[in-house]
Amino acid sequence: MNKVYTDAAAAVADIQDGATLMLGGFGLCGIPENSIAALVAKKVTGLTCISNNAGVDDFGIGLMLQQRQVKKMISSYVGENAEFERQLLSGELEVELIPQGTLATRCLAAGYGMPAIFTPAGVGTEVAQGKEVRRFEFNGEEKDYLMEYAFEADFAIVKAWKGDTQGNLIYKDTARNFNPMMAMAGKITIAEVEELVPAGELDPNFIHTPGIYVHRIFQGVNYEKRIEQRTVRKRSTE
Amino acid sequence: MLDKNQIAKRIAQELRDGMYVNLGIGIPTLVANYIPSGVDVVLQSENGLLGMGPFPFEGEEDPDLINAGKQTITTVPGSVFFDSAMSFGMIRAGKVDLTVLGAMEVADNGDIANWKIPGKMVKGMGGAMDLVASAKNIIVAMQHVNKAGESKLLKQCSLPITGVGCVKKIVTELGLFDVTERGFELRELAPGVTVEEVKAKTEGRLVVEGDIPVMNL
Repeated sequence: MNKVYTDAAAAVADIQDGATLMLGGFGLCGIPENSIAALVAKKVTGLTCISNNAGVDDFGIGLMLQQRQVKKMISSYVGENAEFERQLLSGELEVELIPQGTLATRCLAAGYGMPAIFTPAGVGTEVAQGKEVRRFEFNGEEKDYLMEYAFEADFAIVKAWKGDTQGNLIYKDTARNFNPMMAMAGKITIAEVEELVPAGELDPNFIHTPGIYVHRIFQGVNYEKRIEQRTVRKRSTE
Repeated sequence: MLDKNQIAKRIAQELRDGMYVNLGIGIPTLVANYIPSGVDVVLQSENGLLGMGPFPFEGEEDPDLINAGKQTITTVPGSVFFDSAMSFGMIRAGKVDLTVLGAMEVADNGDIANWKIPGKMVKGMGGAMDLVASAKNIIVAMQHVNKAGESKLLKQCSLPITGVGCVKKIVTELGLFDVTERGFELRELAPGVTVEEVKAKTEGRLVVEGDIPVMNL
């Protein structure tokens, strides 16, 4: 078994025009920077991207939008991106906005082998249009739930802190976010990691994503890790 | 009339020891600055953190450690990280005791609109629909009227709603309101505000019973 690829270009080489991709990350935190750069270089187009956000103008998925590589975005929040707004208003880009927890759980369902979930998020709103509603008595109250389908993605592309040659992954801090459930949901899952180690070096007790879900792994390089909102406090001088 | 910080300060008085609390972006974020002494709450950030601390000192920002507003933050002793599915799992399961969020409009049946203005750029609902659909207790921090002077406490929301019948309490610059079957029940007036002013600026059903105390800040 060899899951280790030399670099991002090799790992994404067979992603074709029109593919459906899941891309991990929340804002610019925990995004697969190397793989995005490789997809931009590869000039693959007509992509459907399932990702919580759409990057900023000149970083993250924003780089793919600049090259008109994305046909459709499925996201929960797409602010902070002027090029995105332009393409949306001109009709070049299709966008499906869904609640953040629904997005996460539709990925999770795929990784757990379940075709659908029921969630109260969006009941009574335009998100519910055309969806099956079921009433359940659960958790001490009776209320309506929407049926939402598990996502199916040709490729899930995630970023982890550490990984081993078996594909086992560990994430760092809030860079974990959507990466674990997307890793579980891809027909083919590609993981880029800051530190790739031989099998046996990660403590099995502290692995977040078991390697069974990960098909390809590579050592990432030159992480920029751009900060979207740099907020600090002054040190007290007392 | 209250300023933004005073609205946050009044909401902070609703916090109880041991609560798990999710604070939205804007005025709700300011609530963290006024947590009463002796009240120990755990702040949940829906991107995957329980135990959100203050902003980092200059030079100690970590791009891997942000809140749901994408701001650099810190942890506190006892903090824990988790993934987005678990984060919304704990929200959906009712483990988060209190959600504080902003609103563009609230209706007197508790409907809330805060995610979309048709015809303008739509940025998305983020986690707001999940939060309002599942939170046991929702307090809204908002301005009572819009820039044109029109009431934002309405009979019915004019904007696309985020959730149905979910708001329990509202604090505006004019006062504090419980949202019940009878509508917006005025509980406290902001200093310097009269019942007449509240009546004039509230379009939805307003209930004013007895002497309304002035808010104690």
